[in-house]
Amino acid sequence: MNPLHAFLTVSAILFAIGFAGVVTRRNAIVVLMGIELMLNAANLNFIAFWKYGAVPNVDGYIFVLFSIAIAAAESAVGLALVILIYRHFKSANLDDANRLRG
Amino acid sequence: MTWNAETIFADLKREILALVSPDNQPVVSVLLSIAPLLAVFPTLFALTTILERKGLGRIQNRYGPNRVGPFGLLQPVADGLKTLFKETVQPRAADRVVFFLAPVFLVLPALLAFSVIPYGKYMVPLEMDAALLFFFAVGAGTELAVFMAGWASRNKYSLLGAMRAVAQMISYEIPLILCTVPVIMLSGTLSPVEIVENQNRYTAAIAHWNVFTPWGAAGFILFLIAAAAEANRSPFDLPEGESEIIAGYYIEYSGFKFALFFLGEYLGLFAMCGLGITLFLGGWTAPFDFLTFIPSYVWFFLKLLALISLFIWVRGTMPRVRMDQLMNFAWKFMLPMAVINIVAAAAWKFTPILGFKWAVSGVIILAGYISLAQGLTRKAHFSKRTYRFAT
Amino acid sequence: MPLSFYILAAVTVISALAAMSLRNLVHCALCLALSFLGMAGLFLHMNAGFVAFAQILVYVGAVAILIVFAILLTRSAEPARSPRASSLAFSIPLALVVGAILINAISSTNLPFSANPANAPTVRELGHALMTTHVIPLEVIGLLLTVALLGAIVIALPEQTSSAQKGAVKS
Repeated sequence: MNPLHAFLTVSAILFAIGFAGVVTRRNAIVVLMGIELMLNAANLNFIAFWKYGAVPNVDGYIFVLFSIAIAAAESAVGLALVILIYRHFKSANLDDANRLRG
Repeated sequence: MTWNAETIFADLKREILALVSPDNQPVVSVLLSIAPLLAVFPTLFALTTILERKGLGRIQNRYGPNRVGPFGLLQPVADGLKTLFKETVQPRAADRVVFFLAPVFLVLPALLAFSVIPYGKYMVPLEMDAALLFFFAVGAGTELAVFMAGWASRNKYSLLGAMRAVAQMISYEIPLILCTVPVIMLSGTLSPVEIVENQNRYTAAIAHWNVFTPWGAAGFILFLIAAAAEANRSPFDLPEGESEIIAGYYIEYSGFKFALFFLGEYLGLFAMCGLGITLFLGGWTAPFDFLTFIPSYVWFFLKLLALISLFIWVRGTMPRVRMDQLMNFAWKFMLPMAVINIVAAAAWKFTPILGFKWAVSGVIILAGYISLAQGLTRKAHFSKRTYRFAT
Repeated sequence: MPLSFYILAAVTVISALAAMSLRNLVHCALCLALSFLGMAGLFLHMNAGFVAFAQILVYVGAVAILIVFAILLTRSAEPARSPRASSLAFSIPLALVVGAILINAISSTNLPFSANPANAPTVRELGHALMTTHVIPLEVIGLLLTVALLGAIVIALPEQTSSAQKGAVKS
């Protein structure tokens, strides 16, 4: 197995795990954690292609920095939403937050 | 082979390396760099405890420990033996794995942080390009360890202490990182070795330390405050405020695990002091050029001891702050002040003449300080307290 | 591939699996932090030091802490209800299929890869690239972070319910 394939496989497994978490778990926080895992898997792909890609380019490296910043912003807003949902519905479970009006 | 005081440790390492086979040399080299760190800093921790207890005793007009050994100097040995032989108690409700791992994860990052600090001209355990980022990344690990300790104990005091500690560490981490930015900006590097190298110049016998500039002085003071808060030192020791929540996140720990918490806290303080010395106090350089005959590592450890004594002095002098004061200070003073400091450093960089540099940079910092301090001291309005989560 | 890669990959994958399947949410968050650490290790394995340290600083130092705080504030620390069997029966195969498709696609493609891997850019080169070619994305990210900061504060601000509280705030 060449290194590029190895890293991409790990990243695919991580993505699938994150996806499974997002679709199975009911707690909004775990769903957010799954999304973080999927984002991380994408980061791993970027770095793997930067390192072993056919075209040498620093863009993949820098893209990961941007991606990390976006993930931080996403988790801050997402968790603020979870806290708001908890305050409103007295539960952080996504099944309980099933009404369109508050 | 002549032995030179400046290079004695580097020479010693080379001599030992020459004795082993070339295959093993990388491993032995790493071990030779790690072993002194593991020996020196825990010893320094022992010395600091006695210094702190003696010093606090003097400040509070009492003797301090004076029973064990001459002048009580063997007190740390007695303390160490005591904690080693004490029974380790674990609460029945505690989360066993997390409870066990928390002290380990607290000490580990503190030790890792020592690996990038230049202790002397030829004494850098690990040289790398993004070393400062490494330092802060490693320091970020302690927050999770503190939370693990507080949560796994299943004790409301420890959980409260952990939440306080984590909130405080996050709030002060931002100004801590921001007030290192001017140094990084003006040295143009993230490597501590080069930052120290940049300060190793002398005009009129005085060194070019960063602290001798307006932005450096302001940054150093901000750094010291933020470092005290990061290391949970008084006056920011609310996470373990003995009179309110007993001992914070490590109430339930006893015996050697408790000692590990203590060790981790002091090691964190040493690492912070080491970073402050590297960034602002010229690292291993001498303050005056006629004093350069004293070996560089002696200067480093002298500065380290001076900073530790400063922290002990502050602990003996200042009362503990309140939680709202702590947060107000972090977000309404430290953070904007650190940003203003960056602007001042930029002004320093882009103004031409030395006197002019001082004027512009100093005026920016003073104006920022005065306006922010006014905002901080404005009379607070108190209203009925509402509890959002403890209903 | 060297042994270190397999160890790091195993740590990352197993802790990610634990993070998604454990009952106790705090354990989930801690396992997630371990997974992030393993990922940083994988980055270091590819010689991408700067990204690895940024990963630890942001994910372990900020995101994991944020998650832990959210868990405590929403009282989710006690073991969660188990997922419904019907949703499990539907979603686990779905995730397996997604993973299988991805891995199949990766292994069946003949990816062109360079024999001499890229060298890590120095911090100076990185800063130069960020300030010249990528300066607009950088500014946008700065704006995004500011907006996210303000947005998170506004969203999580307590709603003013009674008029008495409004009066107290105004005075």
